Amino acid sequence: MTAPAHTAPSALTVSAMTRRFDVSAPWLNRLLERKPRLYVRAVDDVSFEVPRGGCLSLVGESGCGKSTVARLVTGLHTPSEGSIRFAPGAGEKPLSVQMIFQDPYASLNPRWRVFDIIAEPLRELKLRATEPEIAARVAELLKTVGLAASDGRKFPHEFSGGQRQRISIARALASEPDFLVCDEPTSALDVSVQAQILNLMRRLQDEMGLTYLFISHDMSVVRHMSDQIAVMYLGRIVEQAPTEVLFAQPRHPYTQLLLDTIPNVTHPRRNREPQAGEVPSPLKPPPGCTFHPRCPQADSRCVAERPEMTAMPDGSRVACHRVAEMLARMA
Amino acid sequence: MTDQPTLDVRNLRVEFPGRHGTVTALDDVSLSVLPGEILGVVGESGAGKSMTGLAVQRLLEPPGHIAGGQVWLNGRRIDSLSEPEMEKIRGREIGAIFQDPLTSLNPLFSVGRQLVETIRLHGDLSRTAAKARAVELLAEVGIPAPADRIEHYPHQFSGGMRQRVVIALALAARPKLVIADEPTTALDVSIQAQITALLRKLCKEHGTAVMLVTHDMGVIAETADRVAVMYAGRLVEIGPVAEVVARPCHPYTRGLMGSIPTLGARVPRLAQIDGAMPRLDAIPQGCAFNPRCPLVQDRCLRERPELRPMGAGHAACWIDAAATEKAA
Repeated sequence: MTAPAHTAPSALTVSAMTRRFDVSAPWLNRLLERKPRLYVRAVDDVSFEVPRGGCLSLVGESGCGKSTVARLVTGLHTPSEGSIRFAPGAGEKPLSVQMIFQDPYASLNPRWRVFDIIAEPLRELKLRATEPEIAARVAELLKTVGLAASDGRKFPHEFSGGQRQRISIARALASEPDFLVCDEPTSALDVSVQAQILNLMRRLQDEMGLTYLFISHDMSVVRHMSDQIAVMYLGRIVEQAPTEVLFAQPRHPYTQLLLDTIPNVTHPRRNREPQAGEVPSPLKPPPGCTFHPRCPQADSRCVAERPEMTAMPDGSRVACHRVAEMLARMA
Repeated sequence: MTDQPTLDVRNLRVEFPGRHGTVTALDDVSLSVLPGEILGVVGESGAGKSMTGLAVQRLLEPPGHIAGGQVWLNGRRIDSLSEPEMEKIRGREIGAIFQDPLTSLNPLFSVGRQLVETIRLHGDLSRTAAKARAVELLAEVGIPAPADRIEHYPHQFSGGMRQRVVIALALAARPKLVIADEPTTALDVSIQAQITALLRKLCKEHGTAVMLVTHDMGVIAETADRVAVMYAGRLVEIGPVAEVVARPCHPYTRGLMGSIPTLGARVPRLAQIDGAMPRLDAIPQGCAFNPRCPLVQDRCLRERPELRPMGAGHAACWIDAAATEKAA
């Protein structure tokens, strides 16, 4: 069993974070066609903590805002409201963060040799003083991720997808980060290669005491990697729970839907009736609980009132009126 | 119904001549699909699974061409047909569903116009009758309010709805064979389940043979009746899906199954197949899987194994892994 989040010191605390994007029509169109300004709340009042040395995963379907959270945490976007706080690390400086991106074909500069790609953070942040020191460190990093030091002379196109993702990991590790944000690191890879990368990431976490914020749409990958899982739907976290609790007892109807629809290799269910409905446009999210149009348990309260996060005795938090009502009845 | 397969591919070989010699993209691939059956074709990127689908439809990008073997559709040989004759088969007898529903639809025409055009091309129907048929097709693939939606353009549909339109297009001429190439890969899981259930339903109702090409073993396990596993342009194992998943015979299939994180028990470390699939211009002698195989023997380095009966299906391996395990 994982320790409850409040006892372990948290590496990252995100509170009431919201990010709006301006998606208004151009100024002239607004003027002529009297269109109003239009904002999309990509991330809407999201709070979570990542325990030090642990792994929190954000899961959800495309457009739920999970990648925006990753970009907010790494500072690639600034939050419109709310705060992001990293715990102090060595020398009272905040923990340092690095990111691994989804597409290993787009995230490496095709005109640079692998050596220079990995050496860039060392040179830029002045972590090593001399060229021989940099060369030694790059060779060490390449070995850490399972490549040969001589691979540094090659260009990214000479590597397969899995090897490229290893290069991205080596580059992320170059600045000795404490915290890694991994945005779908294996979804562009084949399953046998995915297993290699997931194993590598688990090993690095054990050896270096890294903390992961892991973003994925694949529930089985998330289950393999994480201690805590937060399920997102239309910019909000609808349920957050320790991994085993979430899989044993999913509480939010959306989590139940997600778990129910994953194809299962070992126990295929061939004759099930899939639930109908789709994710609504984030531009016009439904009022109240955003999941109510697809929810089998929705009533008038769900249409009118947005559910608050309710803490459950087993450490999970759920934003659902039905769950809150059941808890109140039991108390 | 006779036992005649809808699609019968025999010893198919596809070559791409290039400046640095000829690359063999498909090597001695034999498979068949019966009416009303879904055959899953699974493999990693570059294994030749999409290539098989394209070769059957004769949609190979030149200079790629069929260099050997035969393709039979409903008892008629189609790999030797002329291009105009083949043109008549595509769409009418073979329907195609591709991965990305947005690029398979013309953004400038309404969905109804595209459907009517397809229906009229393959059948002798008046414009009004074709339109009625289009509405019927949209209803069949589960699009709500089809009579209104038919006037809409592709961008007005969501990803899952677009894929339903593509399925409706593929089914417009009531083809005997549908080739679905990664039909759910671009979709979210909750939508993916809806689409695979729809494919299964339509296949059973109309007795359509479906060749389902995907990299996702989970989709295969829940949708297909039989599965063909491909590696480096060759077929390594073929058999009933439940058997292949539960008791894979070929070491590659075993490795593939082990590397999938399951929702059941959580393991500290996933089984991994070291290395990567060889490039098609550097396939090792003998068995293509020999550099990565944990059970490799001398013979595997020299001689290429043929498909032979193993377990409940067929596997191309010199070693019967299941039998070896039992003996040990």
